[in-house]
Amino acid sequence: MPAVSDPNVQKDKRDFLRYFLIGGVTAWFAAVIYPIISYLKPPQQAEVIVKSVKAGKIADFANDTGTIIKFGNKPVLLVRNAKGEFKAFSATCTHLDCTVQYRNDFGLIWCACHNGKYDLNGKNVSGPPPRPLEVYEVAIQGDEVLVHKS
Amino acid sequence: MSKFIAIMYQWLEERFHLSKAVEFMNKKYVPVHRHSVWYYFGGVSLFLFIVQVITGILLLMYYKSGEDQAFESIHFIMSKVQFGWLIRSIHSWAANLFILAIMIHMFSVYFERAYRKPRELTWLSGMLMLFIAMTFGFSGYLLPWNEVSYFATKVGTDIAGVIPVIGEPMLIFLRGGEDVTGATLSRFFGLHVAILPVAFSLILGIHLLFVQVQGMSTPIHMQHLKESEIKKMPFFPNFVLRDLLLWLIVLNILAILAVFFPWELGNKADPFLPAPAGIKPEWYFLFMFQTLKYIPGHILFIDGELFGILMFGVGGLLWMMVPFWDRESSQGKINKKVSYFGLFIVAFIITLTIIGWLA
Repeated sequence: MPAVSDPNVQKDKRDFLRYFLIGGVTAWFAAVIYPIISYLKPPQQAEVIVKSVKAGKIADFANDTGTIIKFGNKPVLLVRNAKGEFKAFSATCTHLDCTVQYRNDFGLIWCACHNGKYDLNGKNVSGPPPRPLEVYEVAIQGDEVLVHKS
Repeated sequence: MSKFIAIMYQWLEERFHLSKAVEFMNKKYVPVHRHSVWYYFGGVSLFLFIVQVITGILLLMYYKSGEDQAFESIHFIMSKVQFGWLIRSIHSWAANLFILAIMIHMFSVYFERAYRKPRELTWLSGMLMLFIAMTFGFSGYLLPWNEVSYFATKVGTDIAGVIPVIGEPMLIFLRGGEDVTGATLSRFFGLHVAILPVAFSLILGIHLLFVQVQGMSTPIHMQHLKESEIKKMPFFPNFVLRDLLLWLIVLNILAILAVFFPWELGNKADPFLPAPAGIKPEWYFLFMFQTLKYIPGHILFIDGELFGILMFGVGGLLWMMVPFWDRESSQGKINKKVSYFGLFIVAFIITLTIIGWLA
């Protein structure tokens, strides 16, 4: 059995203590940081999944206008064109998340934030939006306008 | 009175050896040359930060965070609380002047090459403070929960979400969920009144310590002069008194702006209304906002917005790292590349800001 004063034993002891300390400090940091990061992650909350909403009566929507309706917690743009036909799209611009509007002077859907434009099929036709708007289905039931998620 | 002050000084001197600090201040000099005026903008930035802390604490006495209360509480401050309109207006104006002063300070340091060895870390800590100041502006902008701030936050946080891999979790982290809601407001409030002030104060302390230890930088063209040939002014009281006089002037400008051009509150945010026409961010984000308008949906194989963010990221990194790639300045030579790059950035920012402002 080597003597305690043996330099190799001393080195082993020092190494052991060093690794023990580094490991301990690392574990301590992890134990502090992990709960903080987990705390900052917003918890998943149960959302009511909306598949269809009543937008209102046909007479509530004049020709050549656009109206934002609540589809759960998302804004949906309901457009009634000059011919009186209804179309609905997600009102969230595909560029940077602003809420779009119908401009009857352009005959287009327009985003005020970065001047993005979409046609009345939701297709991005000008400006920075990279993708078309998501299309929603519109059904008429009696005199009610219903909007469905496709 | 003076006898009382002398007794107090003696009392403190016995305990804390104040004479050492006074001796240090007496030995400190500020170089005098034709560009000396730029030295004052660091002090002006510091003054405006102090104004922000004081007015911010005052606003905290009445402000209520939350979707249903934030807008109403600011309206209450502006219409019912005595001088509430003034405090809020000063806070908003000082925020803008604060960033303006930091930018002037930064550009003067850049063009004077004051970031060169041995002041690389002073430059980096300053850049970090500019970044924090802009985050201050961005987070504070949402707190009144009005229309423009709501959409500015949607766009700003969505930009963070575009970054590959870390973007999506970062967006959720920033917004406190998928959308900008009351949860975002709470997060931004915490960031604005607790995390950022602590972070800023710490870095400010380090920045000031560096300046005190290393002294003021002299321009490159004066480097070859002998110590005795450089014209100097004592830091205390000459420079300090000039600084204080300028602070007084800035306070007057601030008061004039706050009284004659009171900061508006606008309309309350409504997530179910479209973004209003003519929506713009604060002027210091305007050049980025305007650039994003010009970038098409796709550039080669990547999304235009990602391209824009990468471009600003690379440009910002180059700017921040200038003390490390500009070796010539540290050797006492004027590096033309640095001047051209700086002039290009200044021209780009000014042009895009003006176009964005007029648009």
